[in-house]
Amino acid sequence: MALILAAAPVCMMYLTWLERKVIARIQDRVGPNRVGPYGLLQPLADGIKMLTKEDLVPEGADRLCHFLAPVLIVVPALFLFTLLPFGPGWVAAPLKTGLLFFVAIGSLGTLPIFMAGWGSRNKFSLLGAVRTAAQLIAYEVPLVLSLAVVPMIAGTLNLEQIVWAQQGRWFIFTPWGAAGFLILFTAGLAEVNRTPFDLPEAESEIVAGFHTEYSGMKFALFYMAEFLSTLALAGLASVLFLGGWWGPLLPGFLWMGIKTFLLVCVMIWIRGTFPRFRIDQLMEFAWKVLLPLSMINLMAAACSAMIPGIAGDLAALALLAGTFLITTQLWLIAKPQLTKKWSSRIVEQTWDSS
Amino acid sequence: MSDRLIYLFLGLFGLAALVVPLLPIVLARFIAPKRPGTVKRQPYECGMEVEGDAWVKFRIQYYLFAILFVIFDVEALFLFPWAVVFKQAGPAGLWAIGIFIGVLMLGWVYAWQEGALEWE
Repeated sequence: MALILAAAPVCMMYLTWLERKVIARIQDRVGPNRVGPYGLLQPLADGIKMLTKEDLVPEGADRLCHFLAPVLIVVPALFLFTLLPFGPGWVAAPLKTGLLFFVAIGSLGTLPIFMAGWGSRNKFSLLGAVRTAAQLIAYEVPLVLSLAVVPMIAGTLNLEQIVWAQQGRWFIFTPWGAAGFLILFTAGLAEVNRTPFDLPEAESEIVAGFHTEYSGMKFALFYMAEFLSTLALAGLASVLFLGGWWGPLLPGFLWMGIKTFLLVCVMIWIRGTFPRFRIDQLMEFAWKVLLPLSMINLMAAACSAMIPGIAGDLAALALLAGTFLITTQLWLIAKPQLTKKWSSRIVEQTWDSS
Repeated sequence: MSDRLIYLFLGLFGLAALVVPLLPIVLARFIAPKRPGTVKRQPYECGMEVEGDAWVKFRIQYYLFAILFVIFDVEALFLFPWAVVFKQAGPAGLWAIGIFIGVLMLGWVYAWQEGALEWE
């Protein structure tokens, strides 16, 4: 218990350092290099700076909401780490319903964000908060559905036994596993508000979104929760699809660490590479592409489990590829028609007024 | 370890985890400077004077998506128990859940047709 409580924040601090270093390299900069060798003490310096900043609460704000939000957002993020198995038997809470509990705790993060936005009594905060709520619930659905294929094949919700079930073949090397992993990763990026899905804190549109009115340590706590859930998401993806602690030569917990680290690096890479989504693209991508894809993924998993041999896998693959093509085409074709409808409406209005 | 013990552990962990955010906040209360001012306490609006209240009505569309979310999330909740026993349930279970998902997807197609999924 104490180990998790101590290790998770330290990991998170160095994750901020890693992210800044990697992003700097991608953007052809050096990144933090003044405090300590290679800027390794930068997170500590940041922490001290955050501690010595004034804590402002805007006038007319809901003070209780404003205070509770940063506290409540960190606690569920910490909970996630009690459920992840880092090696055989290395899990703090080996719940039988581990996966379901993980999802339940993970989706609690929406509420404090909305509290923060509503409690601040600031227009940007409220905009950020409603956007967050819309985005998180939109991506929650494909996320949960993509997770459901794992218990189908593993036959259990216990995260440790799910890893045991991957002894021969990691789930990512099956068609449904690969699709599930991609859906989980995409929806997960949206769940933890990372680029390209970082609309809730889009600084070029709504200042800083839900944490516009936060300063000092409370502001740092929001970042802490975000990075902690990023880590937990990478951990969950490696447990469910990348075979957890399985791997040659090295001890199990190291493999788990390596896989998590690599996934986090990919997320940072994505942040350094992709521009932000527009809000309509964001919502429609979730509801029109990811949702049917994750539904079909359930059928694909059923196919490869029911039909023996390679035929089942091929059928699953065909099903998934077909759905992806159809949904993306439907999604993209629908757009110009919409704009046409819009423009005609605008023309009619101008005619009426003139 | 039985499940009850684990839940006890999780409860205790929740209490202990409160320390992580509360400790720095309390610490900051002693260290951080306090120089309040009326201008400082105004909500941030890009440096302009504050206009109107922030607590306003927001678009109906958010509620629409929230309702859709509730439908599909409850569905996901039904899917998990089926997923666990999927191999024992066999084709009969698959048919049952197929009809269940099919009905929901009909509703989803209807929502798309009605334009509920368009973000304007």
